[in-house]
Amino acid sequence: MTDTIFALSSGAPPCAIAVLRISGPDAGDALAALAGPLPEPRRASLRTLRDGEGGVLDHALVLWFPGSKTATGEDCAEIHCHGGRAVIAVIERALSEIAGLRRAEAGEFTRRAFANGVLDLAEAEGLGDLLAAETELQRQAATRAFAGTISRQAETWRDRVLGLGAQVEAVLDFSDEDDVEDLPDAFYLEVDALRSQMAEWLGRPPLERLRDGVRVVLAGPPNSGKSSLFNALVRDSAAIISPVAGTTRDAIERPVALNGVPLVLVDTAGLRDDSEDAIERIGIERAGAQLARADLVLWLGAEGEGPAGSIEIAARSDAVDFSAKREASHTVSVVTGSGMAELESAVADAAREILPKPGEAALNARQRTLVREASQALSAIDREQDFLAMGEELRLARKAFDSLLGRASTEDMLDTLFGRFCIGK
Amino acid sequence: MAQFDIIVVGGGHAGVETAAVGARMGLRVALVTFDPATVGAMSCNPAIGGLGKGHLVREVDALDGVIGRAADAGAIHYRMLNRSKGSAVWGPRVQADRHLFQRSVHEQLARLPSLMILRGEAAALRFDGERVVGVDLADGTALAAKKVVLCTGTFLGGVLYRGEVRQEGGRVGENAAQRLADQMRAAELPMARLKTGTPPRLDGRTIDWARLEEQPSDGEGWTMSSLSPGRSNPQVFCAITRTNRASHDIIRANLDRSPLFSGAIAGQGPRYCPSIEDKIHRFGDREGHQVFLEPEGLGTHLVYPNGISTSLPEDVQLAMLRSMDGLGSVEMVVPGYAVEYDHIDPRALSRDLQVRAMPGLYCAGQINGTTGYEEAAAQGLVAGLHAAADVLERDPPALDRANSYIAVMVDDLTLHGVSEPYRMLTSRAEYRLRLRAANADTRLTPLGISAGCVGSERADWFERRQERLERARGALAQTLAPRDLAAAGAAVEPHGPHRTIGEWLQHHSVEPESLESFMAEDWDWHDPVITEAVEDAAYAPYLARQEAELRDLRANDHVRLAADFPYADVAGLSNEMIERLLRARPDTLAAAARVPGITPAALAALLVRARRFESCAA
Repeated sequence: MTDTIFALSSGAPPCAIAVLRISGPDAGDALAALAGPLPEPRRASLRTLRDGEGGVLDHALVLWFPGSKTATGEDCAEIHCHGGRAVIAVIERALSEIAGLRRAEAGEFTRRAFANGVLDLAEAEGLGDLLAAETELQRQAATRAFAGTISRQAETWRDRVLGLGAQVEAVLDFSDEDDVEDLPDAFYLEVDALRSQMAEWLGRPPLERLRDGVRVVLAGPPNSGKSSLFNALVRDSAAIISPVAGTTRDAIERPVALNGVPLVLVDTAGLRDDSEDAIERIGIERAGAQLARADLVLWLGAEGEGPAGSIEIAARSDAVDFSAKREASHTVSVVTGSGMAELESAVADAAREILPKPGEAALNARQRTLVREASQALSAIDREQDFLAMGEELRLARKAFDSLLGRASTEDMLDTLFGRFCIGK
Repeated sequence: MAQFDIIVVGGGHAGVETAAVGARMGLRVALVTFDPATVGAMSCNPAIGGLGKGHLVREVDALDGVIGRAADAGAIHYRMLNRSKGSAVWGPRVQADRHLFQRSVHEQLARLPSLMILRGEAAALRFDGERVVGVDLADGTALAAKKVVLCTGTFLGGVLYRGEVRQEGGRVGENAAQRLADQMRAAELPMARLKTGTPPRLDGRTIDWARLEEQPSDGEGWTMSSLSPGRSNPQVFCAITRTNRASHDIIRANLDRSPLFSGAIAGQGPRYCPSIEDKIHRFGDREGHQVFLEPEGLGTHLVYPNGISTSLPEDVQLAMLRSMDGLGSVEMVVPGYAVEYDHIDPRALSRDLQVRAMPGLYCAGQINGTTGYEEAAAQGLVAGLHAAADVLERDPPALDRANSYIAVMVDDLTLHGVSEPYRMLTSRAEYRLRLRAANADTRLTPLGISAGCVGSERADWFERRQERLERARGALAQTLAPRDLAAAGAAVEPHGPHRTIGEWLQHHSVEPESLESFMAEDWDWHDPVITEAVEDAAYAPYLARQEAELRDLRANDHVRLAADFPYADVAGLSNEMIERLLRARPDTLAAAARVPGITPAALAALLVRARRFESCAA
């Protein structure tokens, strides 16, 4: 039996109105248990929510969506309640106490929509990203995938791979007939063209950067002012600041939006070789690992000693012992605020370069893996090769696009084959 | 009433294999035919094998069938098609002398003591409720059987066309077959119409062979059957001519007289074997089309012009022929014609080729919408093997898409149905790298031995061959240092990693000759057993990459979908998907995945439902 799941599907509390969604065979019973007799389908109705003992939980708008023409394809219900943390918590508890109901796992609504045939795979992925989108840029990219940009591109590639496959199959299955000759140069040119187009897409920034944010790592020796700058950028006192060298021992991450660009700021332990402290040494190792994953590095240490491509920062311009850098990109003081606005907009600009451009569709991790598989299969093709091995590589490429699009295709290949060649004795 | 285990109706290639496999498994089998002399007749082109088809012949042979040995007995021209391509798509093909082929079939059947060939016309099926329990003959004789297999070719609604001429009747007498046809129609089996065609037959004495390019028999030693002693007949050559502008003009000027274009024929013909008028119509820009002139036998002057199947009027056919090089004064002995016929939608069959709505009844061959002797023979084997295994309460051999072309065909037929006469192609087999014509014995004979359909002669031969194959594999598994190899003259980097001989052979730069000094004295690279081991090694990396895919396939094969699976109740399936699934009734999730138009999302929904269905049933 399928469980019935529920989750808070609006943004993080506190907020004005919170939306709780319920999906599954017991959705109707669950709504009735809290809000009394089911309202008319798809009509909002104001109800008093009560727990099992009759205690009032909240006054809320409730909606009832009987399956199968719903977002998940199952019976669904929505509760639009007040958005305080406590209100949400008691309603969630009341729901979880109903037999057969449980909290949804991440992405589970979308997965059900997919399993019930409401969405195709590329759409499901687009929707998943849409739900996770927080900033405007993210919303735009997710909308494009949802509208099928990726599907259309993959569809085009798949058709071209089908065409290539048909040429190889014609040579293999109908080579004794004079209408079919060896593969023409155009075949290899098409393989190359496809391969470089896929490489171009694979070279684009991944969609996850939009969802998870561009990773901006603050690095430098101990006591160079990384944590102060970090706190100023996240406008919080997440990192402990003290004059003692090595105060920051572990990497601290905070998501932040600068000028609408999603970032993950990472504060790291100061890099030094001589630490005696075992915990600090682990922190230094972790800082190294963070640098390896960084999209952007703000370098607060001695000029030119940071990782290649770092943004040179001369911090603490207000300090007595301030040492300027000769070619610092930015000279800042978190105390006076001098240079901070310029730094923020420069980081945002640099990050925007790393993100998929507005208007440009981006591949998510699964799509990248499949496009890479297809591209690797095409790369394995060369003129010296056994046609049979070539056919196998093209089959693998086709299979990758099939899984991207959720299709199956031996018959399509044969249709292409018969459509293009005059074959048969 | 005479009692049999299996009654086979029809003595074509499907019927022969069905009857033979039942008898090999020790059952009492009756083969009912109009005329015992016609059993094993080749009704169309006397060639056996070809691309994809050669694989089927070798597979039927590996399961100890009849067709491979008969092909060798009749062979007058051997050719390995696709020799220049990878070995997995080599297509062994022979031209066979009709009489020699048929004589071999008769001899092979005569050696099966529990097989009886009955002259008669099957007039009707006998029923016990829904179940088919025998056959009534036209002369009133009633025969009882546990299984009945129909291998009747195009007996349902066959119509013959040539130009404006239209003639009812396939090869079967109308009256006798009428009741049987009515019974089939009454069962409301889904039926559809297909067409097929044949070229005119020429008098070889009126062909100017000297003007034409010859294609000799290939001069190698291979045979269609592993058990054939060798090539026994004198070999003849074929010749090649072409159609040209003049022939195309003649055809084009008379297209309106072809039943294909006048609208008389509605059935779909094969796209891979178009009539010459179809070729001109669809690919009119071509300068000419190749025509192979294939002698039909040692004792006949008949020549089969392969490539110009046609249903144009007789006078147009002759004019077209005479416009071609070498055929300027050719005489036509029999003109070409098209046949349109009904077939059963094979989606009405389960994967043992049993009619789902009529238990006990099996169908094999052209009646299921296929074309070709090889396809018919392979289906006959499948139907016979399953019918016999069921009578004997044994498991039939586990044939699947990854171990045989036979299973690819049965799977395609029963899940996709047909929209044109189905012919085997290597492109249909997604795992064809492991399905070589040359390794059919290794793939299938062990399955045949456990199923009990392989005689002792082949079983003994196979055991000896298997020992040699194991030795060869062992020899290829020895590791070799690159410097030793370089010292022996191979172009390899001397400081690389050590590899097995099999792995070295995957490199273009390593020729088998450079490995000579590492192999045993009697090692012969041309020995088929050694070739098989070498080919296995060559394709090993590709096969390894397919493993994950095959694991998925086999896992999904373990998810059973019951015969009454409620597709209509599964949320998320479109009406079109429901209709296709109800027609094909896949028995596993893996099979459902191969029903056209079934998406991964639909599969996920089926999987969920199947699990729920199981837990309810449990």
